[in-house]
Amino acid sequence: MTDVYIVGIGIHPFGRTEGLSGLEQGAFAVRAALADVGLDWNQMQFAFGGSDAAGKADTLVAQLGLTTLPFINVLNGCATGGAALFGGYSAIKSGEFDLGVAMGFDKHPRGAFDPNPVDWGLPAWYGEAGLMITTQFFAMKLRRYMDTFGISALTLARVAEKAFHNGVHAPHAWRRSPVAVDAILNSQLVNDPLTKFMFCSPAEGGVALILASERKARELGRAQVRLRAVAVRSRPPGSFEVFAPTIEIERGPAPTVIASRAAFEMAGLGPKDIDVAQLQDTDSGAEIMHMAENGFCADGEQERWLAEGRTRLDGALPINTDGGCLACGEPIGASGLRQVYENVIQLRGTGGARQVTRPVRTAYSHVYGAPGVSAAVVLVC
Amino acid sequence: MLAAVNERPVAANLFRTAPELRLIAGRSRKSGQLVFPAPGDSELFESVDLPSRGLLWSYTVQRFAPKSPPYRSDEPFTPFAVGYIELSGALIVESRLVDVPFDQLRVGLPMELTTFTLRTDDAGRVLMFAFRPHSGTPS
Repeated sequence: MTDVYIVGIGIHPFGRTEGLSGLEQGAFAVRAALADVGLDWNQMQFAFGGSDAAGKADTLVAQLGLTTLPFINVLNGCATGGAALFGGYSAIKSGEFDLGVAMGFDKHPRGAFDPNPVDWGLPAWYGEAGLMITTQFFAMKLRRYMDTFGISALTLARVAEKAFHNGVHAPHAWRRSPVAVDAILNSQLVNDPLTKFMFCSPAEGGVALILASERKARELGRAQVRLRAVAVRSRPPGSFEVFAPTIEIERGPAPTVIASRAAFEMAGLGPKDIDVAQLQDTDSGAEIMHMAENGFCADGEQERWLAEGRTRLDGALPINTDGGCLACGEPIGASGLRQVYENVIQLRGTGGARQVTRPVRTAYSHVYGAPGVSAAVVLVC
Repeated sequence: MLAAVNERPVAANLFRTAPELRLIAGRSRKSGQLVFPAPGDSELFESVDLPSRGLLWSYTVQRFAPKSPPYRSDEPFTPFAVGYIELSGALIVESRLVDVPFDQLRVGLPMELTTFTLRTDDAGRVLMFAFRPHSGTPS
């Protein structure tokens, strides 16, 4: 068993890029990652990649080179990037490979997603009645959480304000203008209690990471950022997920809780050891709830954490330092890898105006997606 | 009740209207677990009625028109309420909420089962289940 290092990173800016397909944005990211480490595509021994709505990742060999490498497609909703990274991590850790790519990309039409109930094992009436809408889930999970643990709408607005503030300084972010707390609170309601500025939008973009064994990373002079843990978990009994016609009365933990615990155990670290975190922020409330589900604070403490600015760039635990999904948008296949890209930037100390104030030695990222899957990643340097 | 002839549930085996309105769940013959909507395999699941009253567990308002498909409606879009209702001893069920002003929605509100017209076609009115507030105690 070898340690696994991230030796190269590349991104195609998120947002909307007319004239460039999702696959082309994925290829752009792979070329950028190869250039970052000074390697060629024909040196890659494998690739894991995926997109939700922009085509089959393995067809990228036509653009990148017909080198006969194994290119494995993954598809796990918003956790697609996490699953691609899990594949690449496992391939190297097994000792079978030395060097390869984990990548993801997407390009979604404007507006909310329009899933087909049959694809999700659900009856047609669920969609016909207007229940098959991801944003409703996030709003209702949040409504219950706010009532139970005393979270205010002001705290939700503070999360979004922070995201847009950080996004200003991230060249790959989509929304790069600050938005004031009052404007966020007073913007149009989408699904109560969440307003327009509290939700991320489907978007476009691509991310690629070059992974290497310890031996290869040292040979390349790139043994700095180590992948200490990648854990992917599906939902346990009693959890509350996207597209759930029912919930069990006897409640169980969220898949994020399970994935997070597994990642920390693999890493031999705990939440208090983490210097910077990127958490799934489909909406402001998701970031709030995921702070607790990943073990960074107790339920309800978020109210004080946000009021005190603890998750800002100069706080004790900066969260979503590039503005997260709120500022970057969410190209499903690329989103989880963007978080890891941003964590590598923070560990390298090259974040410029969005570099966190305190030294960064450990970084954590977390994605969550339908139908109840979470991935957690721990990086150290 | 001539009108009733031209009404039909949006799906078979989802709810029944006689003798009383009830949602139909499946109970695993092996584990006893309740599943709603009821799975089709009657060898594995026996058909059981869910309680028709419960407490609102969470809610939201759908403020934007959902994409069609999968959404189907023949009315111009107006915002509607959605929630989960905890049916004691059974399940927490997701449902459209009707007959309630949005500003009166709150966690813990007593609710009861009803139906509403989801759409109308050549064969008549298509009924969907929903929950609405009631003033009595949960049953």
